[in-house]
Amino acid sequence: MDPKFMGETLLRLIDGVPLLLKLVTVSLGLGFVIAVLVASARLSKIAPLRAVAASYVFLFRGTPLLVQMFLIYYGLGQFSAVRESFVWPFLRQPYWCAILALTLNTGAYGGEIMRGGIQSVAAGEIEAARACGMSGLLMLRRIVLPIALRQALPAYGNEMILMVKATSLASTVTLMEVTGIAHRIISDTYRAIEVFVVAGAIYLLLNFLITRAIRWLEWRLSPHLRDAPAGIPVVSAMPAR
Amino acid sequence: MELLSFGDRGWGDELARATAMTVAVASCAFLLGLVFGALGSFAKLSRNRLVAAIADAYTTVIRGIPELLVIYLLFFGGSGALMFFARMFGHTGYVEINAFATGVCAIAIVNGAYSLEVIRGAVLAVPRGQIEAAKAFGMSPVTLFRRVLAPQVLRFALPGLGNVWQLALKETALISVTGLVEIMRQATVGAGSTKQPFTFYAVAAILYLLLTTISGHGFARAERWANRGVRSA
Repeated sequence: MDPKFMGETLLRLIDGVPLLLKLVTVSLGLGFVIAVLVASARLSKIAPLRAVAASYVFLFRGTPLLVQMFLIYYGLGQFSAVRESFVWPFLRQPYWCAILALTLNTGAYGGEIMRGGIQSVAAGEIEAARACGMSGLLMLRRIVLPIALRQALPAYGNEMILMVKATSLASTVTLMEVTGIAHRIISDTYRAIEVFVVAGAIYLLLNFLITRAIRWLEWRLSPHLRDAPAGIPVVSAMPAR
Repeated sequence: MELLSFGDRGWGDELARATAMTVAVASCAFLLGLVFGALGSFAKLSRNRLVAAIADAYTTVIRGIPELLVIYLLFFGGSGALMFFARMFGHTGYVEINAFATGVCAIAIVNGAYSLEVIRGAVLAVPRGQIEAAKAFGMSPVTLFRRVLAPQVLRFALPGLGNVWQLALKETALISVTGLVEIMRQATVGAGSTKQPFTFYAVAAILYLLLTTISGHGFARAERWANRGVRSA
């Protein structure tokens, strides 16, 4: 272990962090929209919609992300129809291919997580919302989604960490994020252990921050599970008998 | 279609062999990972603080870093370490590390961390009273493990281990970066020499789908078998 080499490695690897963060945030953001749509489709009353969503989830969860990425980056160019269409300027770039692959992948996993969250909303709460005369959308916005999000948050936190790790595959389509740079340094210097330690520390730090943020968000979203702050008298909702 | 036929002209037999390689790597890695996981879960549950801390660090670190980095570490670092030891024994020259062994070890290390948590959860799910009852009967630790702990841990752990197996299967695709000819590598070779990348990667995707679906059914059957005789509401 050579501290000087590790310091230089750290500085070079940090150059890859902005790209990593961009990949994670853009694909998680777009993926979340897909996840909510997929979860709604899987729980809808329209059978073809359910089937489409189910096969999307089946395809993307049953194949490795690497295959999805190669299929999009190397595969789509095989068709001249794609090469001549308006999407080609995007699909030609490894960055957008990686974003597309990561987004579709997390959309499938996130869809299952959101479905679990929505299904965990108690029937009584939905009936109560209906009894209050809420329309479908209002009920979704005020009752179902907030409860579903709270339920799904721990699992979604895991998915975020998996996505941070998944961005490393972007290096296979020539993007130089942290793992890509680490690979280059290792093959130049053959000092695998030192580079591994530094790159691993970067990922661990990022994932540590995410777990902390999720835990804080969970705490914020569940005031009903916390003890009342000291000094505030607890008023029982039920009249004492 | 001719591309995928068997024989000299098609890629069918190459792809079939590559699929067998993927299954071999995944199975070996899964089994080795189970060994790591079982040992690790005992370590993490042990009263020895140091041993528990080491097991805890293993799961935290491995589950927090990309699998690709672990593969690079073993692939590049492994041969360096081997050459270092070889030199100590007077062997000079380049030692090349076996891609199969590297791949199996890398995936086993990653999978072991996930198996560890699954097995630990399953051990904790066995009611304490049963273990106390077994001790009260005068069972030795080995008998207790064989008759009380193991059958129930297996039952509780199977669903989680099914997920770990699916992960192992999909992670083998990453081994292609070391040049081991499994499905992904073979698809890349085929794509390169025929200039039909979509066809080959789509076939690779279908092969993975087949493997995950078939083994998913296998695990479902195993779960039914492990749950035989258990009363369900």
